[in-house]
Amino acid sequence: MEEQLLVNTRDIYGLYPHVHVWGFPIAAYLFLGGLAAGILLFATIYYLRGKADEMPFTVKIAPIFTFLIIMVGLVLLVYDLHHKLYVWQLFMTFRIESPMSWGAWTLVGVSVFSLLWPLSYIDDIEAYLHERNWRRLDGVTNFIRKFIHKWKIPHFIILMFRKYRTFFAYILLILSVILGIYTGILLSAFNAHPLWNNSILGPLFLVSGVSTGSAFVMWLSNNKKERALMSTIDMVLIAVELFFIVHMIMGMQAGPEAYKQAAHLFLGGEFTVMFWVVFVGFGLVLPFILEAMEFKGFHIHPAVPALLVLMGGLVFRIIMVNAGQISEYPF
Amino acid sequence: MAIEINKCVGCADCVVACQTENDVPIGYSRDWVVEKVKGYYPNIFLHFETQRCNHCEDTPCVRTCPTGASHVIEGGIVKVIHDECIGCGACIESCPYDARYFHPDGYVDKCTFCDHRVEDGLNPACVSVCPTNCMHFGDLDDPDSDISKLIVKRDSYTLLPEAGTAPQIYYLK
Repeated sequence: MEEQLLVNTRDIYGLYPHVHVWGFPIAAYLFLGGLAAGILLFATIYYLRGKADEMPFTVKIAPIFTFLIIMVGLVLLVYDLHHKLYVWQLFMTFRIESPMSWGAWTLVGVSVFSLLWPLSYIDDIEAYLHERNWRRLDGVTNFIRKFIHKWKIPHFIILMFRKYRTFFAYILLILSVILGIYTGILLSAFNAHPLWNNSILGPLFLVSGVSTGSAFVMWLSNNKKERALMSTIDMVLIAVELFFIVHMIMGMQAGPEAYKQAAHLFLGGEFTVMFWVVFVGFGLVLPFILEAMEFKGFHIHPAVPALLVLMGGLVFRIIMVNAGQISEYPF
Repeated sequence: MAIEINKCVGCADCVVACQTENDVPIGYSRDWVVEKVKGYYPNIFLHFETQRCNHCEDTPCVRTCPTGASHVIEGGIVKVIHDECIGCGACIESCPYDARYFHPDGYVDKCTFCDHRVEDGLNPACVSVCPTNCMHFGDLDDPDSDISKLIVKRDSYTLLPEAGTAPQIYYLK
């Protein structure tokens, strides 16, 4: 038997009984980052495959949302900082060893490109809206077009972006993969928390993020072919995700004591129900079954599996952020 | 740093000395004392450990810091530049010893081994104030220093070596 007692008081914010300095804002940001990465990944891939006109929602419309999603994520991130006024220090240096530094610079690139991408498609977006008799947003599109044409520099930038769109699409494709994978690597870089400290977490977060991206497109697109394609992709991604999860837990179970204790949080510990029922059950398996049933001819509204996948993605990140901080090396 | 656990009586004088020397805000502390009890009655063993930042050789806090605010100064002391710290918490998450905390002003604060005293040739406040002289401070890179000889001579352990941080505080048995 071994018992430990603290002699002096150490009632410091976020340290006891276990480290808890990251909460919901960080989990929500990780979710939004993965979602934005997923949407941009599909937009760039299908643009590069020459399907911009066949899949207008995926390539032209969905990226409008990514800029807004990333801005919400950035607000959450800055809100969570404790020394907010010094946030510019992130961009005074680049630290190759720190995933957070990579993420900060990637976010700058992604937010610039995800703004330029829909702006360069402004005419197509307007045509898309008119096709669906959605003229309520005419004021907005006209305002944006006027803004672009008013000054030379934004006009020139948009023209250049249109001209070299393929080149920028390749850059954005790489940036979105980095964005998707970094949210996982960010956590796996912390060797103090055995639950996070596994190399499968980066790919797992990437697959989960891309899966939420495909669910988002599936949910909001009203092109049948696009929906069917995204549904198929989502099913494959869910299967890969399930494989990664089993793989992650197997790896921890076969590891040293601290890693076994980390796996125990999901295997009988306090996160068991949240993880297996809410995330795996309602966030992965159920949408997979619903999507499969739709292919078999049952009529299921695509919003149902899509929203379940999005809920699952968010719950997964909340669980990982909270459970990870509880998992520590036993003193 | 080397600490003789058999001499430590758990008075927490080191904690108070540190708080006074470094103007640590009330309710916070850069070092702390742990009482460890082992065994079953009647064979029970108790010892105290005064703990603080281990000024690791392989520093996860410096590695994960996105701005370079966390850094290692010459001699191996791990420090934080307050004006470069954005308060993201990455170093707090990466420390297996929970040695770092958010200062009420927002930046991350931690033990500095009283480098301002060490520069003047003095010992850190916790070491110089210890009533039982259980702590020894010196240069571990110098094989002829008193502390290096002490660690060679006596059986010692470090905290959580399995976390892979190569901690630089030795507890002498």
